[in-house]
Amino acid sequence: MRWVLPEAIEDILPVEARRIEALRRRLLDAFECRGYQFVMPPLLEYVDSLLIGSGRDLDLRTFKLVDQLSGRTMGIRADITPQVARIDAHLLNREGVTRLSYCGSVLHTLPAGFTATREPLQIGAEIYGHAGLEADIEIIRLLAEALKLAGLSATRIDLGHVGLFRVLTTAAGFDAEREESVFSALQAKDVPTLRELVQGAAEPYRSALLALPDLYGGAEVLTQARSRLPAEVGPTLDELQRLAVALSDLPMSFDLSDLRGYHYHSGIVFAAYGNGASSALALGGRYDMVGKAYGRARPATGFSMDLRELARMANGYSTKGAILAPSGDDKQLQAAVQRLREQGEIVMRALPGHEGTWHEAGCDRCLVHSGSAWSVEPIKKD
Amino acid sequence: MDGITIALSKGRIFDETLPLLAAAGITPSENPEQSRKLIIGTNRPDVQVVIVRASDVPTYVQYGAADLGIAGKDVLLEHGGQGLYQPLDLKIAKCRMCVAVPKGFDYQAAVQRGARLRVATKYLQTAREHFGAKGVHVDLIKLYGSMELAPLVGLADAIVDLVSSGSTLKANNLVEVEDIMAISSRLIVNQAALKVKRELLQPLIDAFGKAVK
Repeated sequence: MRWVLPEAIEDILPVEARRIEALRRRLLDAFECRGYQFVMPPLLEYVDSLLIGSGRDLDLRTFKLVDQLSGRTMGIRADITPQVARIDAHLLNREGVTRLSYCGSVLHTLPAGFTATREPLQIGAEIYGHAGLEADIEIIRLLAEALKLAGLSATRIDLGHVGLFRVLTTAAGFDAEREESVFSALQAKDVPTLRELVQGAAEPYRSALLALPDLYGGAEVLTQARSRLPAEVGPTLDELQRLAVALSDLPMSFDLSDLRGYHYHSGIVFAAYGNGASSALALGGRYDMVGKAYGRARPATGFSMDLRELARMANGYSTKGAILAPSGDDKQLQAAVQRLREQGEIVMRALPGHEGTWHEAGCDRCLVHSGSAWSVEPIKKD
Repeated sequence: MDGITIALSKGRIFDETLPLLAAAGITPSENPEQSRKLIIGTNRPDVQVVIVRASDVPTYVQYGAADLGIAGKDVLLEHGGQGLYQPLDLKIAKCRMCVAVPKGFDYQAAVQRGARLRVATKYLQTAREHFGAKGVHVDLIKLYGSMELAPLVGLADAIVDLVSSGSTLKANNLVEVEDIMAISSRLIVNQAALKVKRELLQPLIDAFGKAVK
């Protein structure tokens, strides 16, 4: 058991680390040139502020320790989004629209599921201060762009709306406990359990809740929803309809019972799925009430994803090897090395006495002196 | 794979699933009782069946190694159901999850006293929840089979187990004292697969749904 890492914690080795880092830079650059300002919230903070306004699931997922300086309980962040909301609501205090991005490790006490790591590298972008759908459209387009930058071909962005669930359970008069159970059943599309839970609820809300698990698929779902759900949910369906039209060039789908993260989400929610991934690659949505917990209610929408998982799924990366240059201070050699590095090549200087091992360090070509000039040639296998 | 992979377990679930598959126009090309193959083709080139242990079905579907599966509610409760959709109760492989004790053991009195009961079971999660909800302290003993033996040799006071006809209980001088829940098999679906391969999977789910009704 020597040097074995804790379960679901891993080292990232050169080839993978390079892919992750390359993708991180590309994504953050893409966010930056659209006006998303990069912020770096701390790795840990007092649980009072870290967990405010979030659900019990996040609480259970958060590692906690006692601060020796203050005696207060601190948590290691399990989600950066609330931290960024705190920064917008409480620190920046801007009146208008604020666009923020972030990237950092988070820790989970339990893996979020499946093959998940307990240390995802969360990257995301958020828009604060605009309540209209224009912000949701921008953020979903940004997500689509990010997935494209990651080289993910077949993806699907699935839209839902927490408002539907809220309106229906409130109208049906469910208490918190029943609402929670209905929520879990909907998340699992567990129709048999759902049927038991809504027994005795007033119509048309009972049938409406029972209809939700079936309402998923293309934009036709919204038309079906109009006829199967009561008039109170009209405004939320209107919002989804407007998004369906505005984003019709993207691979959109709808799932009216998908409410992930509903504890802090308040409106449109979405998830991105890729071919071959057994769970969602990105999650996002509107969370207008989180800022209020930090003293200032601010409309908010955004998404985040695990960069490690994304890089693992990403393809179409060239993993070009390095060039081995001999040691020595030949002027011509120095110039050749310089020139190649400027062209974006990786050039490694050899150290004496390691002949035949440079492929381990990632070299697949070498600089050789042929005739009067230095040229790049494949490394000969001895 | 680009087509559909269905995870099934041998025996009762496989046999009772055949008519449902037939309703969806799918016929497995071999019977797992005769064949030793773990991957079985069907009359449809884009559909294959993988044969796994009953308790492994949710795991295969959760990780996306299979798109669909059929698993008993008992197995799903132990697994937890993360990452799964459970859209249909297929009403097959029906039985009940029960508490049973040796004849003559006063279960009600033991529960009322709030004594620590020793309970042997394969279904730790279900048993923990059941007794937790009643406020009864229990020591759970995990067994993998022949639970009926445990109270007879003094290993446990009670067992939590699946009962269909009740004949095994009877033969071992045990009586059923509490019904925990009715069990039947569910259709389970990988969440990402349902989103990405909806066009392929939905007709199958619909056909199963019709056949059950």
